[in-house]
Amino acid sequence: MDSLLLAAIVLYILSAAGYLAFFLRQQERFNQAGFYLLVAGFVLHTIYILYGFSMIGHLPVHNLGETLSIAGWAIAGLFALFQVKYNLKILGVYAAPLSAAATVAAALLSTEPVQADKILQSYWLFFHIITVFLGDAAFTLACGLGIIYLVQERAIKNKTHGFFFKRLPSLEFIDSTVYACVVIGFTLLTIGLFTGFIYAKTVWGKFWSWDPKEVWSGITWLLYAALLHGRVSLGWRGRKAAIMAIIGFIVLMFTFFGVNFLLTGHHGPFTKI
Amino acid sequence: MQDIVLIGLNHNTAPVELRECMAIPEGDTRAALARLADLPVMDEAILLSTCNRVEVLLVSKTPDEAIQETKRFLSRFSDLPLERFETSLYIHQGDEAVRHVFRVASSLDSMVLGEPQILGQIKSAYQAATQSKTSGVLLNRLLHRTFFVAKRVRSETGIGDNAVSISYAAIELGRKIFDSLQDRKVLLVGAGEMAELAVEHLIRHKAGDIYVANRTFERGVNLAKKFNGRPIRFEEILDTLGQVDIIISSTGSADFILRRKQVKAVMKKRRNSPLFFIDIAVPRDIDPEINRLNNSYVYDIDDLKGVIEENLEDRRKEAAKAERIIDEAVIRFREWYENLDVIPTIVALRSKMETIADSELEKTLQALRHLPENDRDAMARMVQAMINKIMHNPTRLLKSDSTHINKSVYLDFTRRLFKLDE
Repeated sequence: MDSLLLAAIVLYILSAAGYLAFFLRQQERFNQAGFYLLVAGFVLHTIYILYGFSMIGHLPVHNLGETLSIAGWAIAGLFALFQVKYNLKILGVYAAPLSAAATVAAALLSTEPVQADKILQSYWLFFHIITVFLGDAAFTLACGLGIIYLVQERAIKNKTHGFFFKRLPSLEFIDSTVYACVVIGFTLLTIGLFTGFIYAKTVWGKFWSWDPKEVWSGITWLLYAALLHGRVSLGWRGRKAAIMAIIGFIVLMFTFFGVNFLLTGHHGPFTKI
Repeated sequence: MQDIVLIGLNHNTAPVELRECMAIPEGDTRAALARLADLPVMDEAILLSTCNRVEVLLVSKTPDEAIQETKRFLSRFSDLPLERFETSLYIHQGDEAVRHVFRVASSLDSMVLGEPQILGQIKSAYQAATQSKTSGVLLNRLLHRTFFVAKRVRSETGIGDNAVSISYAAIELGRKIFDSLQDRKVLLVGAGEMAELAVEHLIRHKAGDIYVANRTFERGVNLAKKFNGRPIRFEEILDTLGQVDIIISSTGSADFILRRKQVKAVMKKRRNSPLFFIDIAVPRDIDPEINRLNNSYVYDIDDLKGVIEENLEDRRKEAAKAERIIDEAVIRFREWYENLDVIPTIVALRSKMETIADSELEKTLQALRHLPENDRDAMARMVQAMINKIMHNPTRLLKSDSTHINKSVYLDFTRRLFKLDE
């Protein structure tokens, strides 16, 4: 079944190449190619994950490799949806390579075969994982858009209309898609945290146990809540919102990787190599 | 291909005063073309006259004579002695004439590189020629190729991309700040041709309400009427900033009319929704420091000129690609032209017939395997004889030296009738 993952990786890499070619050459056919390759990779990747699921009765999230695979999968799927909804071609040059990188890392790290774990066989956990990872993927896209915003803003403010100015979309469009990504990410993360609480209650008998990952997820949640609040009530938009989206993502990355390497807790094993 | 000649002058070779005298008024073009084509040396002719160029494209068996005649014609028509404009004239023949027509139509020879109007002007010049029947096989073919090449250049290169006028550059920028200009409210401060042109472009992009502020309120009222906008008093500008998205400023004020501190306060009020200042005034109206505020963008006239210069540079790069397309098209045209010669056409016609005959003969003989060798040879001889008989008259006609037929018409017709160009 590893050949499925391998095929998905190849498709993601080709998709990344397609989007890069589109970015450089600005020809629609490259964008189309990138999109269809990404969707094909995503479909194979989904089958791969479902296969693992059917083998062990729960999502394969036993180690860092497996969680990275889910992360890459979530980014690919969410970006494909976003491209259809917002016609967000230019972000492909960011999303497709990320998916590819995450999945390549997943393949390199997953040396042991997937194994069943009784504690992971829960309905709540399934939703917890799916919503948290999709939410993280939305924040990942928000960060990419934030970077694009800053680059484009710089081009317009400095009046140097070179390479990026022509290729990147309008500031207002980028800004509103950053916002959309954060709203979606925040909603999913909220659902993810709640399903996590319920799962914790069913397994450990309490909703909250001061596990570092829980704490950092809470911090991430608060940060994005602040971003949304600032936008809605104080009019934080444009540059400020873009920088916040990037900072939020850095904290998110720490929650994802840093907590596991630096601190210990019950999320530990799932993200250990 | 020396029988195809182009004579003309343009903005590079002749100053505007001369071009004004040489230009043929629009109402007179047909009459002028008729007089030109009536000259006995002319086989075919097309006349193009725009504000930047006057050109005659002609076909003649005696090109040198035709050139002299055309010069005399231009002199007569413009009422200018030949010496006044002869040095401004360029004369191209053969390949160079063809290339020139392709380049002009593709807007590589235009004053503003890549401007699109010239193609339409050539199309109407050609239309006039077809209606007056002054164009024939060669020019018809040449002009059709020209339209094809110009279209290719436009779609395959970026020669027409990116704004090259101040007002368009401002619009283009606006669309990189706001996603669409639809319903964007506009404030025009002062007046002036460029500023008003920018407002007109914005209206064409479906901009929303237009506010007009002027030191003299009456002038503002009149200007507002023109754009179907609302006049406001000069003192109301700061209040209006809360509602508008795009500010076009073009006053004669010696000092800034808007400063950083004022706009900063406004930004808070508008909850940071973007403001785009287009400052066309010299000296400037808008404090450039405002550009450093978040979500507000200031472009003055020099910035816009810088944008245009960059865009023109891009167009020049694209023009190099266009030249390649044109080189290729010139070669293709010459190939077609050379095939219009008598011998290649006869050879092509004969070989086409032989190809058909051979394949049919082979098919028939496959079914008649019982025939002895002798009979087969007899059939082959019969087919060959038929080809010779059929070819006899066309060959004689095409080779005849009769002067009262236009040979290229027959050649072109033959090639098309038998699809020899495939």
